[in-house]
Amino acid sequence: MQDVHDRLLACLPRLRRYARALTGDSASADDLVQDTVERGWARIAQWRPDGDLRAWLFGIMHNLHVDQLRRAPPPAVELEDGDLPFAPPAGTLDLRDLERALQQLPAAQREVLLLVALEEMRYEDVAATLDIPLGTVMSRLSRARENLRRLMAGQPPAANLKVVK
Amino acid sequence: MNEAELQAWVDGRLPPDRQAAVDRYLAEHPAEAARLQAYREQNAALHGLFDDVLDAPIPDALRAPPPDALSSVGRHGPARAVPAWHRMAAMLAVAIGAGVIGGAAGWTLRGTGTDGGAGLVASGAALAALPRQAAIAHAVYTPEVKHPVEVGADQQQHLVAWLSKRLGKQLRPPQLVKQGYELVGGRLLPGDSGPVAQFMYADASGQRLTLYVSSGQKQNRDTGFRFAQEGNVGVFYWIDGSFGYALSAAVGKKELSQIANAVYEQLLPN
Repeated sequence: MQDVHDRLLACLPRLRRYARALTGDSASADDLVQDTVERGWARIAQWRPDGDLRAWLFGIMHNLHVDQLRRAPPPAVELEDGDLPFAPPAGTLDLRDLERALQQLPAAQREVLLLVALEEMRYEDVAATLDIPLGTVMSRLSRARENLRRLMAGQPPAANLKVVK
Repeated sequence: MNEAELQAWVDGRLPPDRQAAVDRYLAEHPAEAARLQAYREQNAALHGLFDDVLDAPIPDALRAPPPDALSSVGRHGPARAVPAWHRMAAMLAVAIGAGVIGGAAGWTLRGTGTDGGAGLVASGAALAALPRQAAIAHAVYTPEVKHPVEVGADQQQHLVAWLSKRLGKQLRPPQLVKQGYELVGGRLLPGDSGPVAQFMYADASGQRLTLYVSSGQKQNRDTGFRFAQEGNVGVFYWIDGSFGYALSAAVGKKELSQIANAVYEQLLPN
């Protein structure tokens, strides 16, 4: 089925963009995409040809990423209120600061935000891809956006965030 | 106004009537309007930050499917449906039960240098990991009947290109026909310091031999041949630069050493 190969190839740019945003650096992203594609091919028999290949592949990437985080949790400390690692001038939206702020979000919030905002998935598809209830998608989305907004505005985040040293 | 609706407003996913209702609400609540506007700017900024990845050229390694993948789409064969890791875990459990792996009682591979110890100062712990991992991989995969290798020797060109790419070194599986062993194929395995290639060979009687090639050896120091024995599996191993090699088989030490010599000679750079 050459068709499947073509469809998988068509998903690669989006998988790479998501991996890049999720991991924060290109080398880790490349490895994650490579592993996702290898696992995808190894399990292609389990994919139903009438299913959504993109959501299936994103689900595989999600599981691999969770496994990686479990295996090698980054050294992290709890962020105290008012203990922000950086404070950009109010009102500016510097892209580099946005990337740093993004990496400070808990992985579960970052995933949901990226699938919704960057990947423009429907909320129901995000729930299916991450295998979580729709209500959890909406609450994580809301927290991720508010935490990101506060980080960008130099305000204390609403919830404890992990700071990767 | 519930929060889920406000989030859906940010993403433009509300039906028109609800969209209008939220618009009216925001007109009367400027703080909320500013908050949601900031979220919309986040969406745009994330695209600005990452969309260039969409246009980046795709590495060749990602483009090619494994050779047998396309024929298996939608076929729910029981063997293929079992993830490799589950099989591996099951085999490991068998290996532990059989005493191939020392387990909690401690690993008991005995390294015996055959180089007279001259000039060998590589870290013992790092060195000991190589034959241990090779012996485990040997114990796990040699009993496999249906899937002893990921890529068969009939696709040798693909096999070599694939494993070479993943290990970052041009690999040439040695020819051991003179020693009575034919290449069966190879697979990629995870190692402590990076990817590992395992080549499998078999003789006419079905006796299997594995060559384990590991990248990223930290000590980065050449060693002579070393030998370790556990149960009936013997392992000849050596370090060459940043690569570690281990040859494992359930044959006598003398026969294994002859094969190891042949492997070593063929791996020498021309």
